[in-house]
Amino acid sequence: MILALVFLPLGAALAAMLIRLDRPRRVLLVFAAAVHFALTGACWLSPPACVSGAWLGLDPAGRLFLGITSLLFLAAAVYAVHSLGQSRGGRGRQTEADTGSVFVNAPEAVFTACLLVFLSTMTLVAASQHLGLLWVAVEATTLATAPLIYFHRQPSSLEATWKYLLVCSVGIALALLGTFLVVVAAAAADGTGGTLLVPELVARAGQLQPAWLKAAFIFLLVGYGTKMGLVPMHTWLPDAHSEAPSPVSALLSGALLNCAFLGILRAHAICAAAGLELFSGQLLAGFGLLSMVVAAAFIVNQPDYKRMLAYSSVENMGLMALGAGIGGAATYGALLHAVNHSVVKAGLFLVAGNLLAAYRTKAVAKVSGAAHVLPVSGGLWLAGLFAIGGTPPFGTFISEFTLLRAAFGRGYGIWAAVALLALTMAFVGLARAFLGMALGREPEGPVSRCEPWAVILPPLVLLAVSFGLGLWIPPGLQAVLAAASQLLGGGAP
Amino acid sequence: MSGVIEIILIFLILANLILLGASRLRNAIRIVAWQGLVLGLMPLLAHRDGLVWAAILLGAGSAGIKGFVFPALLNRALRETQASREIEPFVGYVLSLLAGVGVLALSVWFGSRLPLPWPPASNLLVPAGMFTVWTGLFLIVTRRKAITQVLGYVVLENGIFTLGMVLVEAMPLLVELGVLLDIFVAVFVMGIIVFNINREFDHIDSDQLAALKEGGP
Amino acid sequence: MNAASSLHPVLALLLAPLLPGVINRIKALFGGRRGPPLLQLYFDLWKLFRKGAVYSRTTTWVFRAGPLVNFACLVAALALLPLGRVAAPVSFAGDLVLLAYLLGLGRFATVAAALDTGSSFEGMGASREVQFAVFAEPALLAGLAALAHATQSLSLSGMYAAWPAATLPVLALLGAGLFILFLAENCRMPVDDPNTHLELTMIHEVMVLDHGGVDFGFVLWGSALKLWVLGALLAGLLPPPATGHPLADLAVGAGWLLALAAATGAVESVMARVRLLRVPQLLVGAGVLCALGLLLTFR
Repeated sequence: MILALVFLPLGAALAAMLIRLDRPRRVLLVFAAAVHFALTGACWLSPPACVSGAWLGLDPAGRLFLGITSLLFLAAAVYAVHSLGQSRGGRGRQTEADTGSVFVNAPEAVFTACLLVFLSTMTLVAASQHLGLLWVAVEATTLATAPLIYFHRQPSSLEATWKYLLVCSVGIALALLGTFLVVVAAAAADGTGGTLLVPELVARAGQLQPAWLKAAFIFLLVGYGTKMGLVPMHTWLPDAHSEAPSPVSALLSGALLNCAFLGILRAHAICAAAGLELFSGQLLAGFGLLSMVVAAAFIVNQPDYKRMLAYSSVENMGLMALGAGIGGAATYGALLHAVNHSVVKAGLFLVAGNLLAAYRTKAVAKVSGAAHVLPVSGGLWLAGLFAIGGTPPFGTFISEFTLLRAAFGRGYGIWAAVALLALTMAFVGLARAFLGMALGREPEGPVSRCEPWAVILPPLVLLAVSFGLGLWIPPGLQAVLAAASQLLGGGAP
Repeated sequence: MSGVIEIILIFLILANLILLGASRLRNAIRIVAWQGLVLGLMPLLAHRDGLVWAAILLGAGSAGIKGFVFPALLNRALRETQASREIEPFVGYVLSLLAGVGVLALSVWFGSRLPLPWPPASNLLVPAGMFTVWTGLFLIVTRRKAITQVLGYVVLENGIFTLGMVLVEAMPLLVELGVLLDIFVAVFVMGIIVFNINREFDHIDSDQLAALKEGGP
Repeated sequence: MNAASSLHPVLALLLAPLLPGVINRIKALFGGRRGPPLLQLYFDLWKLFRKGAVYSRTTTWVFRAGPLVNFACLVAALALLPLGRVAAPVSFAGDLVLLAYLLGLGRFATVAAALDTGSSFEGMGASREVQFAVFAEPALLAGLAALAHATQSLSLSGMYAAWPAATLPVLALLGAGLFILFLAENCRMPVDDPNTHLELTMIHEVMVLDHGGVDFGFVLWGSALKLWVLGALLAGLLPPPATGHPLADLAVGAGWLLALAAATGAVESVMARVRLLRVPQLLVGAGVLCALGLLLTFR
């Protein structure tokens, strides 16, 4: 089952490279995404048994993150198929309105193949029970996404890709060092018995050497934290998110960051089992809070709306790190927030793609009256604002509320207060920009008013999911969240 | 056995120091290639049970990729980009070298008081690995050219590989091969990007890639 | 102190002028020329010592003292210097520091004499000499410290009494570092070109342009002695262990010195001078090799 999940997109990627016609390739992309989604659904309904000692296995945490990934990928695939046909995604020389630079897009076959490889590697991240394999998979996601970010072949994309590749590769190299240190911590005095299997490590946590485990956690946190976008290792994130095509930005923000977060959570779980909960938790929470504050400061007065969304991702990842670090019910809140943030942020990035296609600019100041020009996208943009801001009808409210209440309850009052302040600041900054873009006067120049269903449906569904999660969390999801939270050293509310 | 390992590690350290002082890109590529080649011997020597097919595979793979494929790739990028052959550092060569000696002393000091649960193959293993990791990071941060940054990444990886030799018994081979594959693809992709950077910007100076700064134009 | 020990300084004074002769012969061999006779420097010294000296009116006693002080320092250094396995006539704990400072004092005298002429060329040479010394002296001290630590002895004679009990890598590192120092301190090829006729590129030669007659004789003899002193420091690192016969040991040491001179000639023939800007890097490199050797002994 798991192997099928990993190899299906890989096979499809190979096929995409071989297919010469655009249309069948696009059908293949959506088909592969749909099959992957269906298989993931099957995994949720009847979870495959976790074999002890196996490198691959879908425990509740893995299932949760796999579910998010698969859902987002399906939405992004449907969206991408359309935008690939569109002028901005299509062939030939095009002009960037902001800078006036001319660019040519990468071949569509390469784009599709990389997208599918990306899905495969993310699935592997979610399913690996082995820290070494996890490392390989996370590094592979970096490599699969680099060509995606460089889809629009222009200097700024190239710059973003270079930064992304270098910063993330170096970060992940440090995570490899952390992985080695885990082996040292686990090995006996004669040098044998080192293991990287997460369940085994958790089971034997009492015998691990605390000093080495601490060092390992620091390296893993910095390494995977780079990929997750924790401040101060976040520098690649706004560039990559603003330069990548919108469906890719959606996947980066909604799925990739979560995958890196899962890596940190696994390390945290081992530390928690070894009784180092306070050490690893406070480090994680500290990085999280720092990310929230810094990201909020960058959101205010941000002139580029895709960068603004990217900083919002940094902020939300910070919130999740804070929650996971605090532990207890806050871990549950953090996992729930991972779900909510992913669907909302992916939806917002897709809507941002619509705005970009219509207005041909990423500048906040040059977009106005979107609600009149593009009624559905404009409406979704406003809805997304309230969703990402954590206002009541949306799921983000529930998750943030759960998380912060648990923080207050566990004696992290000041931390939670600072986090609240950062959240408010970010909401104000986002609201100012979003309201001006959605409302305001219609632009004078010619603007494309076309809104086909393929670019509206995916964000609509994603935001609807967030809305639904705000009203009712299915018991199945609740059970998985609680189980995952238990597994990762937290508790259920 | 441990004598040979010692000599390899000293070679590793010297290669790092030469890299810190090297001013020609082509020389730097050659030194990194030699470093990778010699490191490929390590798995064979560090293994307690002597020659194991897994260790041979790992060593040969590592030596082949780092000693031949990477240099060929980077040299090709260098040729096609027609980059100037100087490295153009932010921190001067002499200062880099002196900093290197300082860090080397620190890593020897640190390595001597690190309580490893079991004795490594050589006392020099941990300091040499740490120093190599530092050299890689230092090269990435202080050198202007994109190619040098790729080289720094390879050196960083060499350092981690060396440190990994401490636990050669405990690490499953499959993971090591996966790591190797990832590094290979990473450098491959980086090589392509370097080539593209040159095509777009007519230079490979990564410090001029600054359009996306916060508050920039 | 045995006969061989007291014989060594005399031997050094007499044989040192042979070393530049060997170097030049090897260079000639590489260049396909016959070259000057092996004993050329002896002829030059004989000629110079019979001449009087001309002094510029702008110079003072500092200028006249320069070559003599330098020569005296090197002769004093000979007294502390073991050759091969033969102990020095004088040895005490810490004499390696005195040796380093004697070399430094000699350098100071030469530099002061060069500055005393008031000529811009010689000032330039002096400035370079001192700049490079800043890098070379720590390297020498690091190398000697490594040997002292490896052999647990603080006197030069003690350090070299047996084949230094350090591991092979340490010896190789120190050997390489000291060889670079040997070339640099003696103004040999990768650092300075002793045959150049362009004052702008000279380092050592330009400092002694104004000396003539007896003074220049002492300058030439002094630089030959410096080859001997630094060469002896390097020769002690090489095998074999003590043979038991002091005179045989002395012969082995002198043999190594001649071999070293031949090697220097070979290096000079195949290498180009590095750019002046890169010289500090080369010297730092030598220092790094010695420092690495020192680090390796701390285990």
